[in-house]
Amino acid sequence: MKKRALIPILYILFLMLPIYWLVSMSFKTTNEILSGFSLFPQTFTLEAYRVILTDPTWYCGYINSILYVSINTVLSIAVALPAAYAFSRYRFLGDKQLFFWLLTNRMAPAAVFALPFFQLYSSIELFDTHLAVALAHTLFNVPLAVWILEGFMRGIPKELDETAYVDGYSFPRFFTQIFLPNIKAGVGVAAFFCFMFSWVEMLLAKTLTAVEAKPIAAVMTRTASSAGYELGLLAAAGTLTIIPGAIVIWFVRNYIARGFALGRV
Amino acid sequence: MRTENQKAWFLVLPVLALVAFNALVPMMTVVNYSVQETFGNNQFFWQGLDWFEQILRSERFQAALGRQFLFTAIILAIEVPLGIIIALSMPRKGFWVPVCLVLMALPMLIPWNVVGAMWNIFALPRIGMLGYFLNEVVGIDYDMTQNPLAAWITVVVMDVWHWTSLVVLLCYAGLVSIPGAYYQAAKIDGASAWSVFRYIQLPKMKTVLTIAILLRFMDSFNIYTEPFVLTGGGPGNSTTLLSIDLVKIALGQFDLGPAAAMSLIYFAITLLVSWVFYVVMTKDDPR
Repeated sequence: MKKRALIPILYILFLMLPIYWLVSMSFKTTNEILSGFSLFPQTFTLEAYRVILTDPTWYCGYINSILYVSINTVLSIAVALPAAYAFSRYRFLGDKQLFFWLLTNRMAPAAVFALPFFQLYSSIELFDTHLAVALAHTLFNVPLAVWILEGFMRGIPKELDETAYVDGYSFPRFFTQIFLPNIKAGVGVAAFFCFMFSWVEMLLAKTLTAVEAKPIAAVMTRTASSAGYELGLLAAAGTLTIIPGAIVIWFVRNYIARGFALGRV
Repeated sequence: MRTENQKAWFLVLPVLALVAFNALVPMMTVVNYSVQETFGNNQFFWQGLDWFEQILRSERFQAALGRQFLFTAIILAIEVPLGIIIALSMPRKGFWVPVCLVLMALPMLIPWNVVGAMWNIFALPRIGMLGYFLNEVVGIDYDMTQNPLAAWITVVVMDVWHWTSLVVLLCYAGLVSIPGAYYQAAKIDGASAWSVFRYIQLPKMKTVLTIAILLRFMDSFNIYTEPFVLTGGGPGNSTTLLSIDLVKIALGQFDLGPAAAMSLIYFAITLLVSWVFYVVMTKDDPR
């Protein structure tokens, strides 16, 4: 038993090493970073964080990212809920084909869509808005949300619907008052995944923005090239991008295993 | 049992409208470009299927495709067995379970270019932890900006670091769904650890494992940001995977025709392999 515990411990250690390195580098001075290897910061400094939190180009990047991710999450869940219900409860003409077609959009390489998306969103004058990125990210988040929610909804017995209808509930009332509380966990997990994939995706987010809605990670690349090679600043910005993910994952910690299985266990 | 109801289409309509807008319009744009030649100023000439032929014959595309398949094969061969082993040795209940799960999921929540930047910093010779360790302590001459093999290993290790947890979490979800009675029965029958794995755990993990392989295949085949930030496709072209090459042609050289043809071929390959997975996966599924 003791020996077996070693494998996850070693694995987690391996996962934490690069993260530790990033965090530790963010507290070092540029001089110390460039002068060679040191395991701990010798002169502990918060200078990099001060720059990020006071310079609008930096902190606006965070606000932009959080804004479009939130819009995307709300939008994806809102449209995916009724669709997932339809897929889990009814058979209709072309349902299987439609389900697979939705999934194909999760398979499409983002690189294929970069240029056409740029032209599409420019032509409807949404280029460089948060809405553009949020809409573009629904391409892969909506299919995923439908897939996850459908998995969770399938676990709810159909008798629940039937009893409610016999009791005189209308569909909207049944859906919001009885059905939704029953799949709370599923909605939470689906929202988590939408958040996650929208938060980590960069190619489309970068292609669809210029100034106004620029995501934090794009600010990072620009800084890396223009202001010389400020590793400390880059490390601090990177560290800050880990925090939102760490916060949301803590909320769904009891459901992540089932969530990653898309509700199909 | 699901009932027949055509009105269900109304429930699907919002999704349909949204995804159609996002998928069909750009896809038609790509198809348009793929059969035309342009010299700028919005003049287009019919080109037929020439671009497709040119791309399929070009050595550059074949090389990138080869690298892509090699990369996907390597990471699947490492991540899937490793993920299963880690999932099997995880505790089933108690305080440590959520802690393990959260820590393991953490790499997946980091923006992809931060992952690339992080590994870049980590692997810097002399300055980075990994680079320093390999060069100064172990004494290997390691520099991924010079040595293609070092670059490949770094990209693969980065992906293993980034995504093995997905396989772990999926397998773990499958494992905890096995009722304790199964294990007791196996114990009474005197089954070996291997037979427990082969006849109880593996069949229970089948669905989740297929999802894991499907997701890992799709995502590793479409990978762009992490290797691009880490190595920029270099040294030379040694780590130029398919997406990196595509973006180079489309946004770098602005060769819209060949890029569009390449996009369609690329998408078709992903779709075909994923479809095979999907069919296998849903074979026993009642839907």
